[in-house]
Amino acid sequence: MSMIRALFRRELASYFATPVAYVFIVIFLVLMGTFTFYLGGFYERGQADLAPFFDYHPWLYLFLVPAISMRLWAEERKTGSVELLMTLPITPWQAVLGKFLAAWAFAGIALALTFPIWITVNYLGDPDNGAILAAYLGSLLMAGGFLAIGSCISATTRNQVIAFVITVVVCFGFLLSGFPLVLDLFSGWAPQALVDGIASLSFLTHFASLSKGVIDLRDLLYFGLVIAAFLYANTIVLQWKQAD
Amino acid sequence: MLKIENLTKIYDQRAVVDDLGFACGPGEVLGFLGPNGAGKSTTMKMITGFVTPTSGRISVAGHDVESDALAARRVIGYLPEGAPSYPEMTPASFLGFIADVRGLTGETRRRRLDAVIGQLHLEPVLEQSIDTLSKGFKRRVGLAQAILHDPEVLILDEPTDGLDPNQKHEVRELIRSMSADKLIVISTHILEEVEAVCSRAIIIAHGRILADDTPGALAARSRYHNAVRLTLSDDARFDEINSAVAGLDAVAGTEADRAQKAITALAQGSGDATAAWRAVSELAANGNWPVASVQLEAGRLDEVFRQVTGGAAA
Ligand SMILES: Nc1ncnc2c1ncn2[C@@H]1O[C@H](COP(=O)(O)OP(=O)(O)OP(=O)(O)O)[C@@H](O)[C@H]1O
Ligand SMILES: [Mg+2]
Repeated sequence: MSMIRALFRRELASYFATPVAYVFIVIFLVLMGTFTFYLGGFYERGQADLAPFFDYHPWLYLFLVPAISMRLWAEERKTGSVELLMTLPITPWQAVLGKFLAAWAFAGIALALTFPIWITVNYLGDPDNGAILAAYLGSLLMAGGFLAIGSCISATTRNQVIAFVITVVVCFGFLLSGFPLVLDLFSGWAPQALVDGIASLSFLTHFASLSKGVIDLRDLLYFGLVIAAFLYANTIVLQWKQAD
Repeated sequence: MLKIENLTKIYDQRAVVDDLGFACGPGEVLGFLGPNGAGKSTTMKMITGFVTPTSGRISVAGHDVESDALAARRVIGYLPEGAPSYPEMTPASFLGFIADVRGLTGETRRRRLDAVIGQLHLEPVLEQSIDTLSKGFKRRVGLAQAILHDPEVLILDEPTDGLDPNQKHEVRELIRSMSADKLIVISTHILEEVEAVCSRAIIIAHGRILADDTPGALAARSRYHNAVRLTLSDDARFDEINSAVAGLDAVAGTEADRAQKAITALAQGSGDATAAWRAVSELAANGNWPVASVQLEAGRLDEVFRQVTGGAAA
């Protein structure tokens, strides 16, 4: 545990040691605001909830989260510090978790900084704050899912651009797998169970109810499993690279 | 303390480390020599567990580096090739991080941090980001990190590369002062460093051990072993002196370097270490030669290195 804490602290501090973190947070907030107020028609809807805000989260995360995750391992490989890290007395799990949790905390900080939107909606009306909290939780979990995917992919390469592009593509697949566009590819020939399975893999499906404030254990479990699975894959990738 | 058996690493169907084996214990400073690409760094990466061997076994202080990886890593301090670290951190925060991961706390932590910062003279750069440090300071931060937990086994890949002569000297002193109760393995291309700090030298090429001996014994393989280097103060009688020296019974032949006004007389046989030296000195005194110096050579490691590795790069 103390190992994970040391790794976590180092990693999180390194985000703020460069301007990248601040640039990222500013872009994140500007985009969130733009989408919510202009595209989402936050005022025009005349409803006191944050649906126009949360509806865009999956699509914003699609590009913003891989920008956080791409450097997690690729940068360590590039600078060679991975050799230092992986010869310290830590297990691959501790390394993966420490880094992932730091990235997740960073995403959480960026997400928490959207609180003025929450204040605004409370000022303008009388929203269901429990539902909003649930939606924030869902959004954070979804960010965690994207991050775990990105962390695993980042470990396969020393090139951050490649890590970014592949992560976006894979995450896009996870978003789309609930859409007819993807399902039609399979429904012609694959058994229905498989089609349902693919549909149930979609981040969108699982985020949809959470974003409406409905906490379903299955959705929480889903994101938890996605995170666990990709972090596990991440440790495997690290061990492969070692034997390579 | 460090035991390597049948160690092999294959990259792209090429054995980079080929059935390597040796053992060494505390108190030894083992110098790892070899041409570029010989497999020195790869061997060190396997000892420290960063690279998994294709086959073979390594145990460090009784811990197998594969099955008992954490225990092995705890007793090892490692300076990887190129001294990588986190460029955005400062030496202070970087060493603090290493101290945390190494489990140093409280008084011990403070004492060890102060000690390594002092030993490697890092005080002036503690709060500057590592990114902006000069190459030598980066290397010193890497060294500080490696010795921070006072490990039993130190694996240092080219520890003095990029250091200025003063720092090279200090780091060698540091290695010597730590060597009493530790096993230290260094790789280097600086042969005088081997003579200065190592108690044993292993020369490898193409992943195989070609020589394994003390630096002194290796140098004795040189044809310059027991040779006499005669330097003259003027070269008026250079040719006369050169042929006189070459004619001595104890001298096998000479190498003349007129520009340096130097004549190197190779020793005949190896029975009497100072025979050539005595003969040349006597002749010089009797002939009233303009002598600047007469030196007895122990042998030249660089020449042995070339001879052993066949002058080739891997
Ligand atoms: N990851 C890798 N993939 C493929 N080949 C590799 C890899 N790492 C090292 N090699 C090869 O293994 C050989 C030995 O490399 P190594 O770094 O061990 O040499 P070295 O003895 O440390 O050389 P130097 O003196 O230049 O540091 C080289 O030919 C190198 O190209
Ligand atoms: Mg090397």
